[in-house]
Amino acid sequence: MSEINGHGEPDGSPAEAGRIHQGPRRVIGTPPPAEARTLLGSGKPDSAAAVQRELPADPPDLRKAKIAERIVAACFILAMLAGIGFIAAYIGLEVHSIDAVLRSNLALGTSLSVAFLALGVGATIWVRHLMPDVEITEARKPLASPEPDRAAFAETFAEGAEASQFVKRPLLRRTLIAATLPIAVAPIVLLRDMGPLPGTSLRHTVWRKGVRLMEDVSYTPIRPADFSSPGGMITVIPEGYQYDDDALAKAATIIIKFRPEELEHPTVLNWTVDGIVAYSKICTHVGCPVSLYEQTTHHILCPCHQSTFNAPKGAEVIFGPAARPLPQLPITTNAEGYLVAQSDFHEPVGPSFWERG
Amino acid sequence: MSTSKALEGVGGFLDDRFRGAKGFRTLFRKIFPDHWTFLLGEIALYSFIILLLTGTFLTFFFQPSMTGMTYHGSYTPLDGVRMSQAYASTLNISFDVRGGLLMRQIHHWAADLFMAAIFAHMLRIFFTGAYRKPREVNWLIGIVLLTLGMLEGLFGYSLPDDLLSGAGLRILEGVMQSIPLVGTYLAFFLFGGAFPGNDIIPRLYILHVLLIPGLMLALITAHLFIMFHQKHTQMPGKGRTDQNVVGAPMYPYFMAKTGAFFFFTFAALALAATFAQINPVWLYGPYTPVAMSAGSQPDFYMGMLEGALRVMVPWEWNVAGHTFSFNVFIPALLPLGIIFTGAALWPFIEQWIIGDRREHHVNDRPRNAPTRTAIGMAAITFYGVLWLEGANDLLAEHLDIALYTTTRIAQVSMFVAPVIAYILTKRICLGLQRKDLHLLEHGVETGVIRQLPSGEFTEIARPLTEEERAVLDARTQLSGPAALEAADENGIPAPATRGAIGKVKARLSTILTESVDLTAANGHGRNGHGGNGHGGNGHGAGEPAPAAVPAGGPQEISAGAGPAGPPAVGGGVAAVGGGTVGGGTDGEVAGHSSSDGPDDLGPDGPEQ
Repeated sequence: MSEINGHGEPDGSPAEAGRIHQGPRRVIGTPPPAEARTLLGSGKPDSAAAVQRELPADPPDLRKAKIAERIVAACFILAMLAGIGFIAAYIGLEVHSIDAVLRSNLALGTSLSVAFLALGVGATIWVRHLMPDVEITEARKPLASPEPDRAAFAETFAEGAEASQFVKRPLLRRTLIAATLPIAVAPIVLLRDMGPLPGTSLRHTVWRKGVRLMEDVSYTPIRPADFSSPGGMITVIPEGYQYDDDALAKAATIIIKFRPEELEHPTVLNWTVDGIVAYSKICTHVGCPVSLYEQTTHHILCPCHQSTFNAPKGAEVIFGPAARPLPQLPITTNAEGYLVAQSDFHEPVGPSFWERG
Repeated sequence: MSTSKALEGVGGFLDDRFRGAKGFRTLFRKIFPDHWTFLLGEIALYSFIILLLTGTFLTFFFQPSMTGMTYHGSYTPLDGVRMSQAYASTLNISFDVRGGLLMRQIHHWAADLFMAAIFAHMLRIFFTGAYRKPREVNWLIGIVLLTLGMLEGLFGYSLPDDLLSGAGLRILEGVMQSIPLVGTYLAFFLFGGAFPGNDIIPRLYILHVLLIPGLMLALITAHLFIMFHQKHTQMPGKGRTDQNVVGAPMYPYFMAKTGAFFFFTFAALALAATFAQINPVWLYGPYTPVAMSAGSQPDFYMGMLEGALRVMVPWEWNVAGHTFSFNVFIPALLPLGIIFTGAALWPFIEQWIIGDRREHHVNDRPRNAPTRTAIGMAAITFYGVLWLEGANDLLAEHLDIALYTTTRIAQVSMFVAPVIAYILTKRICLGLQRKDLHLLEHGVETGVIRQLPSGEFTEIARPLTEEERAVLDARTQLSGPAALEAADENGIPAPATRGAIGKVKARLSTILTESVDLTAANGHGRNGHGGNGHGGNGHGAGEPAPAAVPAGGPQEISAGAGPAGPPAVGGGVAAVGGGTVGGGTDGEVAGHSSSDGPDDLGPDGPEQ
């Protein structure tokens, strides 16, 4: 604003150039001239008669304000001390062990909380008890532009459209649209290489004939005799894939020991060994590992969405959102007497997918 | 003071170059209406800022990599355990970076608070009708922000690659696979192959720290700018109309208040992060596709989706070699889809039905839009049932209910409870309206009984103050032009209500605008509900009408009833009734005056 160049503008009110050049510069510490505080929306800030200050300079009760001021200052000092405490806690308290982290977190967190709380309380008291109360009504104009403005804009827009020839020359318009379409599709095409096509990968797991069933945690092969007590369920993984999460996400399997007479159709008895039956551990709903087994009822329960499978009856669904039984893994024992797979699962494991059929 | 000197320097420097004095003055003097519910959006905003701050800190230490390694860090219980670098670096942030645990916990708490505040803010907007013209666009932006917030949160808590978050990703993958036609491909492209692959965490990371927050920041900016430009709505009260804004100027009042509020938000989050453990990933262990722990819960804002998956019946079709997993994609997409789509369309549906094209700047009190409030409560109930079902295993355990029973209860109540909620809410709203009407007609019952010289007992009623009256009086005439014209023109239906669609619209309009007729206080009861109000009140509409209208400015009323000697009491009541008429005559007819607010002061205010 060239008009007020060099003189600046003393009080943050609008720069009314003419006014500012009048009169001497205000002495620091004295109240601003009345016309400096113009009434909002009064239209003519220049007419001195119409202006009056809108915000009172002080709260009504100065004695109370003084008390409030001290409280606020105390809050701010507290915030400062807490801030210093935070830095001190950072410097003074090491981490690198569980106990040390607990201490550090407590000290840092408490000091940070106190600092912000004190700032918040102080600022609130400041606003409520030191700033004079005001309620101002401001007019609200309709949001829609006045009709002439709209008309003028419509005109401008039409003129531009005409001048651009966009409307008049359909050849240009159509070829431009035709040109943008493939370019708009290109970014989507670019995403193609984010992953391989599914192919038949969801239909297979790494289980093969002769692959040993390894106990999940200890990673040891299992003999039927090691797993002799009926009622238990253990998780097994294919030998050689201990650290292959991609393989395990499909191949994770549970084995459950029954007395042979407990197993019923549709469990395939030829796929069991001494009442030990193996099912996929991947829920047929959305793929959580079915980790819970209720010994008394022989129910396998998925902890995610509570699909419940009847273990002795081919892991049929008896409750919950899963629609298919857990696939059964054909198992047998090898020459050394360890449990091994007879083959892969005979159907896709895990959640359904469009191509599954 | 030195303020002016500083301003002279800096302000002068800036103004010389940018010519901002006028604009900034307008900005500084911008009026902000005040109500405690207006803080809900601010909580969301400040949580977002805190998320950006703490999130940036976390990125300095987090390694978004799924490469396996063996852990030998400060958290000794997991020493020697194989895990991904993402998980290990999360442990490092928690145990080897000073303040790292605090920042992680603030970040997670802030995410939860952010979502909670958005939900609350959205409900406030809905129930007060603050989404109405001209604010529909901001309402839509808000819904997009809510959706993005859910995604952002889901991706965020998936990053540490702990057992819980891995299970969440597994569910995400299973849900994606269930989508007909493209699902398997989508899942393979997102995960870079079969689950879990090695790509998902780096990909979620960049979505979480760049793309989605960038979008959200842009939308939040737009959201605030639009709010600023259109000026905030205000709650009904004395002197507040659709043509003005009543409140305190932004500078210094709103700035100071909102600054204080930022500090409070930060303090609350810091307190939570200090004393309430959240997402202790070290207890869950690193992700393995082989294991899953019982009682797993997502963050609360995903609970509804989780519940929808749990409540669904096992429907699956195999048609011509293809699988339709209705049991998965329907619950994953439909319930939340209905709520969000319904919410997004609602302002336009309401506008279309009522035919109300006016600008609204004074909020409705929820009771004054009984059908809208009832629909909102029905939606909340529907959401709430599914949300609770998302934790049904915990509910079953703590409430000692059989697990399957909780699901069966949810299966029934997700359909029944919203209907009950709708009916109850509507009745409550209409009842509260009648209470308002009673207050307008008779003043506040003080509970003080006096015996008149004649021996008659009478209760002293304190007339409403101007402020109380303004709150009760303010009421949008919900019946929009369509409905009004249909009734008014001599048997000739209004254009908007002709034809089959028009009839449906008129019918819906009647339902949507059902309200106790407040104009009954002026002596013309119109519809059935107005009639009910009268019946209940005993004092007919006749009483207010003859009361001393001409004299009846609000001051007169208080003068009449203030020195309430025994004889004056009866007169006071009459005068109160008259006051309504008086108020109506010098403004518009009460009830036309325009909206009304949802504030909770409503029922209690007059009794204070």
